[in-house]
Amino acid sequence: MTGGLSTYLVILIAGWMATDVWRLLGVAFSVRLNAESPVLKWVRAVSTALVAGLIAKLVIYAPGELADVALWVRLSAVAAGCAAYLAAGGNVFAGVVAAEAMLLGGILFLT
Amino acid sequence: MSLPGLVLFCSFFGFGAFARAMGFSMGEAVFTSGVVWALPGQVVLFSGLADGAHLAAAFVAVTLTAVRLLPLTVAILPLMRRDRQSWISQYFLAHFVAVTVWVESMRRFNDMEHAERIPFFLGLSLTVVPLNLLATALGHAASATVPPAASAALLFLTPIYFILSMTSAARARADHLAMGLGLALGPVFYRLAPGLDLLWTGLVGGTLAWLAGRAMERRR
Repeated sequence: MTGGLSTYLVILIAGWMATDVWRLLGVAFSVRLNAESPVLKWVRAVSTALVAGLIAKLVIYAPGELADVALWVRLSAVAAGCAAYLAAGGNVFAGVVAAEAMLLGGILFLT
Repeated sequence: MSLPGLVLFCSFFGFGAFARAMGFSMGEAVFTSGVVWALPGQVVLFSGLADGAHLAAAFVAVTLTAVRLLPLTVAILPLMRRDRQSWISQYFLAHFVAVTVWVESMRRFNDMEHAERIPFFLGLSLTVVPLNLLATALGHAASATVPPAASAALLFLTPIYFILSMTSAARARADHLAMGLGLALGPVFYRLAPGLDLLWTGLVGGTLAWLAGRAMERRR
């Protein structure tokens, strides 16, 4: 994987540098970027798909103790979160609370 | 604490729990929150490293999630930078650019003199960042001590927060398509190419969504 590099060095290279190169470029750019340019639209689509893939992975191949919760409970909790988010007019906090309530309810009462 | 602030605190708390589940120490988790300060990149980084991703693959995946910070930085810095301010002190400001602080600052900058903006931005950043470093540490510590059900709930914070905040940020049809394709392809590529899975999911799903979005725009 990352050879003998210490984890902190790996975090600095693949975390800090990989992220802050864009903030630094933002300092260097003096013109306003057009967020609707084809390149930036492509980047937005790629990063959206990448993070969506991460979400699916975290739910289906869940880490740690979440892996011990039945898959259908995890999926129902996601559905409950999305439903509450929509019902509350796009409130992220309401969605998170509903999803967590569904997950804990599922763990405590249904399995 | 405001509602966006509370949601952010919860999500960094969740990141701390996630970091522990992936085998990272509390120090490594807090360090990452501080130097990266962009949650998707942090989770992509730890997820990739835990799957044995090569350093270069982890770098590319993280950097793809961070390009979105470029237009945010370009939009906010001219509103607060001073004449002949050195690039290093401008970079110091830019390091704190991430969605929550950006949205709040852009909103408040309207009713502010130019000279008041840097103090406001720094005051907000230097409150929000340490609070979320604390959240990371607390999440890491809590997931080690609470019962398994609570620990599972903490690990669930990251995916549910991401999916909802992503839905609320999606505007164009290509965004929704990219989300759907990413959700479908993520588990497939995880089986095919663990370590490179997020990269492939992003490149394939994102490019397809982008192409479809262009085709739909043309037809209109």
